[in-house]
Amino acid sequence: MSPKLRALKAAFPYTIPIWAGFIFLGFAFGILMNSKGYSAQWSILMSLIIYAGSMQFVAVNLLTSVFNPLNALLITLVINARHLFYGVSMLEKYGGAGWKKPYLIFGMVDETFSVLCSTEPPPGVDKYWFMFFVTLLDHIYWVAGTALGAFFGAMVSFDTKGIDFVMTALFVVIFINQWKSQQQHSPALAGLALSLVCLLIFGPQGFIIPAMLLIVVVLSIFRKRIDKGVEI
Amino acid sequence: MILSAQQALVIIAAVCIGTILTRALPFILFPDQNATPPYIVYLGKVLPFAAIGLLVIYCLRNVSLLSAPYGLPEAIAVLFVIALHLWKNNSLLSIGGGTVLYMLLVQTVFN
Repeated sequence: MSPKLRALKAAFPYTIPIWAGFIFLGFAFGILMNSKGYSAQWSILMSLIIYAGSMQFVAVNLLTSVFNPLNALLITLVINARHLFYGVSMLEKYGGAGWKKPYLIFGMVDETFSVLCSTEPPPGVDKYWFMFFVTLLDHIYWVAGTALGAFFGAMVSFDTKGIDFVMTALFVVIFINQWKSQQQHSPALAGLALSLVCLLIFGPQGFIIPAMLLIVVVLSIFRKRIDKGVEI
Repeated sequence: MILSAQQALVIIAAVCIGTILTRALPFILFPDQNATPPYIVYLGKVLPFAAIGLLVIYCLRNVSLLSAPYGLPEAIAVLFVIALHLWKNNSLLSIGGGTVLYMLLVQTVFN
């Protein structure tokens, strides 16, 4: 078996929960865009080149209100600021990826990051091809879901309410897996508790950036104590 | 569609560039992985754990504890995922089972 095929086979099982989530969320995005008068090629274009789930739903509002590109750029930076965390986390893992690196960075959505930051490929599998295929498969699911929603959304009668919980469940499972892999639980607890505190103070629209700042501050203050116990 | 095609393309480009910026900035600031300051290396080690905690809260951000159903479907389904995962340790089973339970809860019990 070629290294590429082996990496693809190893990558696929990790993307199954994301397959389910992205097909349905992408589907919902395609339907929403249609309902606002944007035909399938618009939604597919956005899923291809923006590729950011929650931001694309916000972008639907930007596309249906007064034309203001600077505002669109600023809103994007605020909503997607959490990706800065992912980048810092993946500096080392993506470091030697060569020509695959720009695509890995482009495709670093929440779900792909959550799988790649917590998973080592099985022995004998090329890690860069593995990361490439997890990223590519997720991207394909997202675009495919969008296309299905945009073309066939009107025909669906199956009640999909609550399907987006698949993402919550994915992150909860990864949280547990990370928890079991570590002796040092402070970073995980800090992420959970400080985000919750900021959500209660700042509300669902504005809590992400204060939470990120607070997490960095707290992890920096306790650096000496935490640094000893973390193993990668 | 109330924007012209050109205007829509400009908005899409702005969102695309903003997204790429947030994903690429750390790699632009620290291009050489061997010359990354130790403080950033430390953050790179601990942030993956904190980021997943942040993502869990982010997913649940719109749940209201003050109005019906008081976050009950989410609480039940999350506890079910945790219990199932600690018991069987099968990621796909935990994610699938939790999602099916949540869909049942919000479509029937808490409808």
